[in-house]
Order: sequence, then C-alpha cells, then structure tokens
Amino acid sequence: MDTLTRRRFLIASGVVGGAALAAGATAYTLHDILATAGDRPSDPDTRTLVLVTLYGGNDGLNTVIPYADPAYHTARPELAYKPEEVLRLDNSLGLNPGMTGFKRLYDAGRLAIVRGVGYPKPEHSHFRSMDIWQTGQPDHPGSTGWLGRWLDATGGDPRHAVSFEPVLPPVLAGATTAGAAVPPRSNATTAVPAGFGRTAPGEPPLQARAARAYADLVEVDAMVTHLPPTPAPGGSAAASGKAAPKPASAAPRSPVAAQFDLVARCVEAGVATRVFSVSLGGFDLHADEKEAQQQQLTELDAAVTEFVERMGRSEAGRDVVVAIYSEFGRRVRANASQGTDHGTASDLFVLGTPVRGGLYGAQPSLTDLDDGDLKFTTDFRDVYATLLDGVLGTDPARILDGWSGQVNGLLL
Amino acid sequence: MLRRATFGPRADEVDRAERVGVDATVAALLAPAGDDAGAARTPAPTLPFVPAVPATGDPAKIQRARQQVLDQQRTATLWWLDRMTQADHQLPEKLTFFWHGHWATSVEKVRDAGLMVLQQQTLRRLGGGDFGVLVKAMLRDPALIIWLDGQTNANTAPNENLARELMELFTLGIGNYTETDVREGARALTGWGMSRALQKSMFDPKRHDGGVKTILGRTGSFDADGFADILLAQPVNAEFLTARLWLRYASAQPLPDDVRSRLAAAYRARRNITDLLRALLTDPAFADTRGQLVKQPVEWAVGAMRQLGIRPRALSDKQQRQLLQDLEQLGQVPFAPPNVGGWPSGAAWLTTSAIQVKLRMADALAAQAAPATIAALAAVPAAQRPEALARLLVVDAFTDRTRAVLAKSAGNVRQLIALGLASPEYAVM
Repeated sequence: MDTLTRRRFLIASGVVGGAALAAGATAYTLHDILATAGDRPSDPDTRTLVLVTLYGGNDGLNTVIPYADPAYHTARPELAYKPEEVLRLDNSLGLNPGMTGFKRLYDAGRLAIVRGVGYPKPEHSHFRSMDIWQTGQPDHPGSTGWLGRWLDATGGDPRHAVSFEPVLPPVLAGATTAGAAVPPRSNATTAVPAGFGRTAPGEPPLQARAARAYADLVEVDAMVTHLPPTPAPGGSAAASGKAAPKPASAAPRSPVAAQFDLVARCVEAGVATRVFSVSLGGFDLHADEKEAQQQQLTELDAAVTEFVERMGRSEAGRDVVVAIYSEFGRRVRANASQGTDHGTASDLFVLGTPVRGGLYGAQPSLTDLDDGDLKFTTDFRDVYATLLDGVLGTDPARILDGWSGQVNGLLL
Repeated sequence: MLRRATFGPRADEVDRAERVGVDATVAALLAPAGDDAGAARTPAPTLPFVPAVPATGDPAKIQRARQQVLDQQRTATLWWLDRMTQADHQLPEKLTFFWHGHWATSVEKVRDAGLMVLQQQTLRRLGGGDFGVLVKAMLRDPALIIWLDGQTNANTAPNENLARELMELFTLGIGNYTETDVREGARALTGWGMSRALQKSMFDPKRHDGGVKTILGRTGSFDADGFADILLAQPVNAEFLTARLWLRYASAQPLPDDVRSRLAAAYRARRNITDLLRALLTDPAFADTRGQLVKQPVEWAVGAMRQLGIRPRALSDKQQRQLLQDLEQLGQVPFAPPNVGGWPSGAAWLTTSAIQVKLRMADALAAQAAPATIAALAAVPAAQRPEALARLLVVDAFTDRTRAVLAKSAGNVRQLIALGLASPEYAVM
C-alpha cells in the first residue's frame, strides 16, 4: 500500500486524530469527506442505521426454525429441517444451517431476533406489502418512505440517507427530499456538469427533480470520492499499519457483500450518512425452495456477519445497528411444488454492538392460524419506533403518524 | 405524442407529423402502412434449446454450459435493442416493450433466452388486439409459466403464484379479488406445465383439478380459459388497463376520473388495446401531460441511438458489452425486469447513481454518433448549435440553465451532444 493511500486509511479509521488532516493536499480531499461529519451532532448516542430489505418474502419459518414443534414438520414434510440440522438457539428454535455467522453473533449477544413481526389485516401482494413496510403505513400506504419522512424532518440533506442500489428505494423518498443513490462502483471518469444542478423557473416538476439530482451528485461525489480501501480481515491492520491491498485475484464479491463493503468504508471514514439502505432479492420461492433459500441465506449471512464483525473493530462502527426485514413470511403449509406461497408474519433481525441480543416478541402458534397464515405478535412499527428513537434519536410519533409502541430492551 | 408513442422520434418524423397533422399521424402510428423494412432487417434470432447447466461434474463443462446460456441471453437482448432502433412501425414495437413490463418475465429465472424471444414475439403479435386473446396466450406462454412456477402447479396442493399475479398485476389490480379467489384461481390453472426440451407448454389433464371452484362470485368447474373469461368480464379490467397504459404513455400523476371513464369505455367496446391507445393519444387530457413522464433507461438510450443514427448491432463487441453493462447499472435491461411488478416509473429513475452512468453513456453515444449527424450539427454556426441540438434530440426547448452549460461547449459538437443527452430536459418527456 502506498503511503498516500495508507494515510487516508489511517485518517479514516480514526487511528490518528484531526492533526493528520493538515498532512497534505490530498488529505484535504478526504477532509471534504470528513467535513460532512460536521453536520453530525457530537452526542455519542448518535448512531447509524443500516436497513436491509429482503425482496420477495423470506420464509421466516425456515430461517428461525421451530424445530421442536411437531406442527412444523407436519405442515411441510418435504421442506422442514430436521432437529439435528438446525443451528440451535434454544430447545425450541434454531437457525437455518446456512446461517453459521448469525449463530456466532447470537451467541456473542449481538443478534436480536424479533419474532412474529407483522401488521393488522396482512396483505399477500408483494408490492402492496412492501409499500406498507417501506411507508410504515399499513392502513393507507402513502407516497413517502418512513426514512424519507425522517430525512424531511431532519433537514433533508440527501447525503444523510444513502443507498448503493441502482434505483432509489421508496423507503428513502420523502415528501420534499430524497436520499441519495450512489453507484456501487466508483468510476466517476466523466466531469459532472454542475451547472445542470440549478432548477429553472417554470420547468415541469420531474425535470426540476432531474436537475436537483445533479446538485445531489455534486455533494455525494465530494463525500465518497477517495474512500479508503477495505482493510484485510483480522482487525489488526490499522494498528500494525500493514493493511494489505486486496489481491487482484480475489473472488468477486456478491452484490450484497459489495453494498455492505461500501457502507463499511463510509462508516469508517466518518461520513455524515445516518441511514444506509441495502437490499437482496430472490426470496420469492414458490417452488423448490429449500436449497435456493439456504443459498440466499448463506450469502446474506456471510455479508452481514463480515460487516457486523468489521464494525465491531472501530469506534464509529460500534455505533452501527443493522435491521433486516422482508415484506412477509410464507404460508405455514408447503405447496405441491416444494415451495411456499405468500404468508404473513415473520422474523426481523437486529444486529450490532448497540443491540442486546436474544429473542423478542412472542413466537406465533403454528396451529392457531388465520386462514393458514401466522398471526402476528409484534407490530413492525414497534421496531421502527425503537430504531427511530434509539438509533436516529428522533421522536417516532412524528414519523410514524403518532405511533408510540416500542420493543423494550432491544437496544443498549 | 411522438415521444410517447415511439422510442424517441427523429427530427424528420416530427416534421412529417407537423405536415400531415394529428389525425393522420395517429392513424399512421396505430395502423402503419406497408411492410416494416426495419423489422425485416432485424429478424428475431433462432435460439436453440440449451440443456440446463449441470450442478456437478467437470468444471470446464459447467463453465461452457453457463457461457452458452449467457451468450444466448446477450444475443437476444442486443437483438431487441437493435430492433427497437430499426423498426419503422414504432408504435407496435414500443407497445411490445410496454407489455414486457406488464407481463414482466425475467430471463434470470427462465434461463432460456429462446423462450424469452418466443414470449416477446407473442406480445408483438397480439399486443395491439383483443386483450382476451393475449391473456389466454400468455397463460400458455412457456416463459411465463416457468417464471411464475406454473409448471409445478398440481391439483394436490396448488401453487398460487400465477393465479395471484394474473389478478393483481395482469388483469384486475389489487383490491379487486379476495384471498379465496387466489386459491380457487390457482386450482383452475392446475395442469398446465411445460417441456423445456420442446420449448412448449403442455396441458396434463391428470394434474388438473377439474372440481367446482368459486371465483369472483361465479361457480363452475373452471379451467384456465374459464378463469380468464371471469377476469375479462370484470368491469374493473377496463379501468385497470387504462391506468396501466396511462402510467407509461401519459403521466405518473393520478388519472382523472372522467378521463379514466372515457378511455375505459373505448376499450370495453371490443376489449381492444389499439382502441384504448387511440383514445389515450387523442384525449384532450393527454396534451396536458407534457413533461410528466421520466424516460425509462431503455427509452432514453434507444431514443438517443435513433436520433444519433447508432445501431447496436453495428457497435464493436466491446461497445455492445458496455451498452448492456450501463443499462444494467441504470436498472433496466430488456428481458430482465427486477420482479413480476415490472420496472419502476417516475422519480425513482432520477438518482445520483443514474446520472453518473448517463454521463458516461452520453459520452459514449456522442462518440458513436453517425458521421452524418455530427457533420450536420457542425455545419451550424456555433451560436445556433443549442437550437439545432434541441431539434436533433426533439427537446421542446432548453431552459436558460441548460443553455448556459451548452454554450460553453458549443465549439465541440460531440461534447455538446453528450451534454444534451445528459440534460434534465432530455430526462423527461
């Protein structure tokens, strides 16, 4: 690693203090990044949220598995995991065999599982249910995402809510402002015509929005240019000053791992972003579900575990909370295609150093069903309110139409 | 109208439309006269069946098999992009892309580009006619069956995927059916499956549930067509399709009730899509929707290629790969919608990420522009080039904001074109 890059890395990882910022002209580029941290309150309780969306409806019953319940095995004989296959959490629940990292985090007290999360009058449509989750409005999903409203309420700087997906997820769209979608690959080879960033009088609203995206890009560019590279795993790199560049032959990272990698680099660089959105699709498994879902969960497990463990190694990282949800779980009973159809309540994961690990919410019954579906036991807005209050330091009632319930004890 | 009905009109097409007037233009768009020489130049590729990639065995063999699947996928996608730029009958071609977003099926799961092309051809052939005929053809479409797990739907425990999306996304819209209708509808669809090797769908009576079902208040031993007939007879089908077409052809703003009624009535008479599209394009409310649509990435890129005289097939291998990669980064590749709901619309496309990709693409497209296009713009005095650029790209007018940026590059024709393509004005239509 050349000196320059290493210096950037050291500054970014907080190993050396602000004095290093004066070290040279290039460091001022990084200074631009760190300058975005000026918007951040200095309150140590100020945390960062990484919201992970699993598109398609992940089968919660084959993720956090009620292996000891005979009803589980009766309802889905072909799909069910045997008690000896699951990664046991206690004498009734176990994780999917693909989730070895989550098991480790659970044992370390850094993984919380909220069970039976859903909302009244569940929707079985992917799109409507995802709208409900992303807007946080089960009765009448509107046009703003719950984190978009948070952005509106806190000043509307697009850099504060960032997604590395190609299309901005609705959850980050507010009424007057929107988060920033940043391309996963940094290849800004073309000069940005900053002059496009001003809106012109009388132009159609969408054209004005296109112009504003230019203004946002100029700001985001200043933030993410020259992010430090990913340190080698192990955590001692910064201390020993021997962070090795990744070998060129390194296996390509999965898209979700690549998103997490960017989030990690931003957090370590101390950027102003308070909310990151990350996503993984492919959970809609109506047929031949078992192997495919395990593959998906293995990919998720690897990316999330690496991220959470990496975050545990830096001060900024220890303020990061990851929350993982999907638009619904799946039907208790399997269909004839060795898959499951759209269901209702499911498990929601919360991970990170600020999390008090363990099980939350009541486990839904597999026999007392609502037309074949689980009855929810925790409203998802309780989780959102907990995150708004405990991670983003915002009054949940302002964002969630007056909602005040929370999941007690989830965050430290 | 031309911006919406085609993949991006050329200046000469706008001139002709101005000359012949609105009525003749609509008529020519909806019922193009003569053979389509552009379509004849771009015949659909024949893609033979490729066996599934083996899960285990010789790694070299697996690699070859995987490569073959991907090569076919690339061939099909480039072919369609080429067809979009070349077709003379632009309205039916664009309508085919609309239907692709409606019956949004992805090669990522179907894993057979030949079946995707087959589906595209069905949408092209039937997309402008009786919607009922299209629905029944799609219920037998091999790619759609694989996409929504129809081939595994058996009478023993029906798979609800296709039945649900058929009602929610393809014919009625959410809120117009119950969960019981989904479960009963799934029973009606049992028995349809497909043979991968023959690239054909097939009906197996032994797997069909011939019992009595109750769907949307009607009771009978319905099969797939019987189920489709019930859906087509729902009054809400007309309103649903009207809204779907309005969203892509007119505006992302809510559709006013009186417009909805007018358009739905035009469709209902014969359940005909061309009737609906004619009513939409000629409705007084349509003219007020200027600037209310964001170009989807494919519309943006194909429109630019049409206007600049670029043909995807004529690009180098490297340029073709870059084109597909850029479209992927913009979030829209034909034959690969993100999910069964199709692609997003409106402001969702206007992201900082998209701008970066578009800036790069705009540079590449300007570099690939036909020499005649460049020469024509270079022949205009520098001070008038922004006007000429607006004409070339069929932008009504650049704002002062954009003119200020363009003025600085007026001396460099290719740079000027790139800026025009990247401008906020060119992002909407």
